[in-house]
Amino acid sequence: MIQKSLTGTAWKFGAEIDTGQIIPGKYIPLTDPMELASHVFEGIRPDFRSCIHHGDIIVAERNFGCGSSREHAPKAIRFAGISAVIADSFARIFYRNSLNLGLLPIAIPGISKKIAEGDQVEILPLEGVVKNLTTQEKFTFEPYEPFILEMIEHGGIIEHTKFLLNSVKL
Amino acid sequence: MGKTLAEKILCRASGRPDAHSGVIVQVEPDAILTHDHQGPMTIREFGKFGDIELSHPERIHVFMDHRTPSQTEVAATNHKIMREFCREHGITHVNDVGTGICHDLLAEQAMVKPGEVVVGTDSHTVTIGGLGVFGTGVGSSEMAALWARGTVWFKIPSTIKVVLKGSIHPPINGKDIALALLKILNTDGATYKAMEFHGEGARALSIGNRLTLCNMCLEMGAKTAIFPVDDVIRAYYAEHGITDIEALQPDEDAVYEREIHIDLDVLPALVALPDSPGKVAEAALVRQERRRIDQALIGTCTNGRINDLREAAAVLKGKKVHESVRMLIVPATRQVLKQCLDEGLLEIFLNANAMVGVPACGPCGAYGMGAVAADEVCITTGSRNFIARLGSPKGIIYLGSPATVAASAVAGYVTDYAEDQ
Repeated sequence: MIQKSLTGTAWKFGAEIDTGQIIPGKYIPLTDPMELASHVFEGIRPDFRSCIHHGDIIVAERNFGCGSSREHAPKAIRFAGISAVIADSFARIFYRNSLNLGLLPIAIPGISKKIAEGDQVEILPLEGVVKNLTTQEKFTFEPYEPFILEMIEHGGIIEHTKFLLNSVKL
Repeated sequence: MGKTLAEKILCRASGRPDAHSGVIVQVEPDAILTHDHQGPMTIREFGKFGDIELSHPERIHVFMDHRTPSQTEVAATNHKIMREFCREHGITHVNDVGTGICHDLLAEQAMVKPGEVVVGTDSHTVTIGGLGVFGTGVGSSEMAALWARGTVWFKIPSTIKVVLKGSIHPPINGKDIALALLKILNTDGATYKAMEFHGEGARALSIGNRLTLCNMCLEMGAKTAIFPVDDVIRAYYAEHGITDIEALQPDEDAVYEREIHIDLDVLPALVALPDSPGKVAEAALVRQERRRIDQALIGTCTNGRINDLREAAAVLKGKKVHESVRMLIVPATRQVLKQCLDEGLLEIFLNANAMVGVPACGPCGAYGMGAVAADEVCITTGSRNFIARLGSPKGIIYLGSPATVAASAVAGYVTDYAEDQ
């Protein structure tokens, strides 16, 4: 289900945070999402996991999620309780993986300069709007394609595929 | 309006001849790749569909290359899970522990043909573009869905045309061309885009260098990177007994988003400085800083092929690795390792006091080997030098060609091959 509005506290990250910084390579043999979440950003920000609250939002600079295709990265972020990542720009596979998992990736060039650590941020996914509630500034992003929204509505690509497989049977 | 090679391939693969860049199409990949890093999670996700069959088990190629030879109990268990899954679901293209790196095997054994589409759970699936194949990466859940349904969506990308003039002079490698492009495009200048290689310099490149170049285009953000079919590609497949090559070519009047020209005649050895493949400098300039190194790595899907190891051996022949440097060389596949043995390269490596590893991804991300401690400096032929790529977040990583890494290993500091001969 897509929530009409998501609100959370912003956590700031820099440029070129690759998937190896999100979840170190040594944990890739693991497949349990909660176990992965327990190691999120462990190498570069060890305190992150214990500080965040459910529904918090990551705000990053350019090329977030570059590097390896490991789905472990958006999975670790999502299962740590983060609801969305807003960045100046994303690497392609991370963006796609995030959509598939229901972790909202929102690309707004320059946004990293407009949201500070600890700011309250509201996202209206269907309208393509991000609001910095702390500064009262409003930003827009290109809304997702209808078929992407349908997939997120179903709960991600796995649930969506189940739906499609069952539709074929009917 | 004319079409680029990426447009043509995706139009064919989607059965939508009129589609063009910007259009979203459903594609049936000709080959599907996964390995022991993303495979276990893919199998876990596929299990959520219940008791269903794979849509096209004959298209699936499975590789055990990242955590090999079975490095830990978890790795061994993952390999076991993968073998059992393949047996139960009729996957016969299984490349087990010790055979080598997926992208190299795909090319070396001509498992796919020009004009085909390969989708893999690996960012470096783009490597195969060196053979005129459209390769691109996805994540594990999307792969599970692809296993189940046989199709995947793509937005047809716009294309950057790269025109290579002149020719490289060994030991300048495809890696140096890639670093030259990274200097121009940085790590996101090709995001969502295809890259297509043209010019006499492209046509003169060996398959090995083409694979290296396409491999590194992922580091510029590219969705795919492709060489149009030419005599070099045709000859490569003919050697493998394949002569029915579909010669899809970009149209003369294809529309490109951007054109980049590089003169290979004057291309120097380049290195990427810590902590990004986009921070590129001339090796000869970095040499002046006498930046001491602790470790030198040669291998990975970027630079572990026989042409790479020959270039490294040419530098190491009759020399010793500097006493304060540990050097690890990992041939990409079993066949490359055998060639090293046959051609006397192993002797050169061992006489130089380098270590030689079992074919695997190994040192690319410190998978069971090649890790650095805090404040240690490493130069590698791998594709990435982001923070914490090789163990400690305080490790310092440079990227370079096989000759540059070998020369640095001998000197004990980051150096240009040419300068130290």
